[in-house]
Amino acid sequence: MLSRSKRGGLWTPTMLIGLTLLGALILVAIFAPIFLGTAATQLTSNAGLGPSSEHWLGTDDYGRDLLARALVSARLTLLMTAGAAAISVIGGLAIGLAIWVSPKKLREMALRVLESAVAYPPLIFALVIAAILRPGVGSALIAIGISGIPGFARITANLAASVSHSDFVVTARLLGVPSARIAFRHMLPNMAEPLLILATTVFALSLVEISALSFIGLGVQSPQFDFGRLLNDSLDSLYTQPLMAVGPSVMIALSGLSVMLIGDALAAYADPRARNVKFRQPKATGPAVLPATDDGALVRVDDLRIGIPNGPDLVKGISFSINPGEVVALVGESGSGKSLTAMTVAGLAAQDLSTRAELLRVDNMNMLSHPDPSRLAKEISIIYQDPGTTFNPSLRMGVQLTEVLRTHLGMGRAKARRVIADAMGQVNISRPAARLDQHPHELSGGMRQRAMIASAMATGPKLIVADEPTTALDVTVQHEVLRQFRRIHKQERTAMLFISHDLGVVQELCDTILVMCQGEIVERLTKDELVRRDVKHPYTRALLEAIPILDLGAGAHKEVAVLGGVN
Amino acid sequence: MNLATTGLQKPANTALDEVPLAVEVQGLNVSFGDSHVLKNVSVRVKANGVVGLVGESGSGKSTLGKTLVGINVPDSGSIRIGGLDLAGISRSERARMRREIQYIPQDPYSSLSPRRTTGQTLAEALDPVRSDPRKYKREIAEVLECVKLDAAAADKYPHEFSGGQRQRIAIARALILNPKVIIADEITSALDVSVQAEIVRLLRELRGNMDSAMLFISHNLAVTQQVCDEVVVMFQGRIVEHGPIDDVYGNPQHEYTQKLLSSLPGSPGFTLD
Repeated sequence: MLSRSKRGGLWTPTMLIGLTLLGALILVAIFAPIFLGTAATQLTSNAGLGPSSEHWLGTDDYGRDLLARALVSARLTLLMTAGAAAISVIGGLAIGLAIWVSPKKLREMALRVLESAVAYPPLIFALVIAAILRPGVGSALIAIGISGIPGFARITANLAASVSHSDFVVTARLLGVPSARIAFRHMLPNMAEPLLILATTVFALSLVEISALSFIGLGVQSPQFDFGRLLNDSLDSLYTQPLMAVGPSVMIALSGLSVMLIGDALAAYADPRARNVKFRQPKATGPAVLPATDDGALVRVDDLRIGIPNGPDLVKGISFSINPGEVVALVGESGSGKSLTAMTVAGLAAQDLSTRAELLRVDNMNMLSHPDPSRLAKEISIIYQDPGTTFNPSLRMGVQLTEVLRTHLGMGRAKARRVIADAMGQVNISRPAARLDQHPHELSGGMRQRAMIASAMATGPKLIVADEPTTALDVTVQHEVLRQFRRIHKQERTAMLFISHDLGVVQELCDTILVMCQGEIVERLTKDELVRRDVKHPYTRALLEAIPILDLGAGAHKEVAVLGGVN
Repeated sequence: MNLATTGLQKPANTALDEVPLAVEVQGLNVSFGDSHVLKNVSVRVKANGVVGLVGESGSGKSTLGKTLVGINVPDSGSIRIGGLDLAGISRSERARMRREIQYIPQDPYSSLSPRRTTGQTLAEALDPVRSDPRKYKREIAEVLECVKLDAAAADKYPHEFSGGQRQRIAIARALILNPKVIIADEITSALDVSVQAEIVRLLRELRGNMDSAMLFISHNLAVTQQVCDEVVVMFQGRIVEHGPIDDVYGNPQHEYTQKLLSSLPGSPGFTLD
């Protein structure tokens, strides 16, 4: 069990405690009425006794054993709660799914109605229903059950909304699958996990609400009793017999706790990221600043290993260096470790991975230690792949682009804006000063990426790390962005680490090309070697052959090769 | 220039009798709110033809594909599938005709339901109501063979396959109905180059052997040249150029096509200086 829980399986301690608690409560619910039924209900002359070895919690005003009453009441309470939760869940599911298979206009209307219903507190809703029906077990169950429906329906509708936009639902619809079938065949199974987890919350809430209803006298009526009814009984003698409230209170707490623990464990199981990974990065090694070396390289990486803690390495001991003014490309397919490597060089090592190296330095900053953040910000600039997500959509471009200049170079707002506007003009952005007052969505993707480059250049960095900077762009826009990289390289002699999967792009821009495959550098090429297709490693060859080349002579199609033996 | 007589070398009126058309789109206009996304678009795809639809983001190429399969509703214009105008037929007839146009989405990771086996997914295309794979064992085995997958794949779930294999299953789902036309919407764009090469090779093999025509939407010109006979170039909601693919790429007429071609790294006109 322990080794399984370590791997983050279903049987975590939380789950085991929850299940044990719930199991015990169910056993109590089954057996207590059989064995303790008499003690809990028979009137005796031992009225109002304090705790004793015979009556652990004492007796009530009619001489009934309080512990027995608390245990016996578990059956009725749990049955009512299960019934109410079932009504909420089944009703909510039905309404939530029905909303999503209905036509758009009806759906919008139903969602608004649902929103108003959710805004209304369920307990008050339940009170109204219970007051209309005659107070009793059945009416309490129905009242709480119905009052929980809108909340669950809303959650179901929200989940259904996201599933219904997935390609497989769209495709099923195009194939002519009837709506009800789509709901049960495609949507429900793909929502089952979160719904199951939420159902445990519904159960815990129903328990509290049913107890509350009985407590204020609108639920279970004497001589029947549940947790809430027992609490209500204890109210009259709270000052003389305070222990009377303990039994039902503890039972309510334990029942709620058991179900919530199970829900938490299920949620953690469903979402691996929520699991508590016990891992600590090894202590920063060595000084933040390294003594000067005379090898002339700006970046030196020696035997870099990045791995899953206690698991396999994703980057398996690679070494390379970047000279001042050199443009180095890291090329490979997904999973090759190229982005991990580049981000680690840029000082953004992944928090949940272990990073080790003989040496990892940029200039004289020891990237394995904690280099000075303002030097990092000034000397290393990062350009990301997707210009759509690099910027915060709610802030104006100016605030975001001048951030580094203001915080790390100590420039005033006006000066920082001037510097950035200048840099934006350099990358051919029209009306740069006006752009600073615009929001990201008002600029095109290519313009945002050029703005990113402008801001990266404004600090006068020694190294630019660009992670697939043109992959999300159209070819004509990519062309313009690549021209900017070339211009910067020519004018400023800035060193670059350029990550790409596109050999065509890197061949135009880079001096040195490192081909990565499954965490290793399998081949190092100069630009000329790549242009001449003078490659040795079979993986590089396969990669080159896999790229379709446009044949601009109106000739025959070329046969595409398929990578053999490479996954 | 409104009429793109793709698939036809001769004037339309005489050729119509000779070459059966899988799809004929005429004067299609689509708008979302205020933005006019497709402007008077006309395309013809002959039976068995593979036509590339290229352009950059916002050119309207995906919108055209989605309008053909019925995801978007056109403002005006006509869509004929196998000579039958979709506007002029009954609702049930139209539902039947929709099955003659199959759509393959871009992302193989979201196009297959994670909780359904390959067999169930394929059976659903044949029988949307019951979707029982046991009834279609032969058809499923056949189509899996077409896309170079083992018959045992029928009992497996999507997570057991690689991205390339998943895309094969999505292709198989379109093929199994033997439709008049398949709309392939950027089906190699989310894949690694090696996997892309694998799918391109499959499509080249299918090209000669399937009864369906294909509209292959892609932003990757080199891939379209590997897969297609003809190409339609779109720009800002209009068709700017069309014709046999090697002619268009070898001798582009429209200014935009020329710019598109010279933006490709490695092409003769390409320079960063």
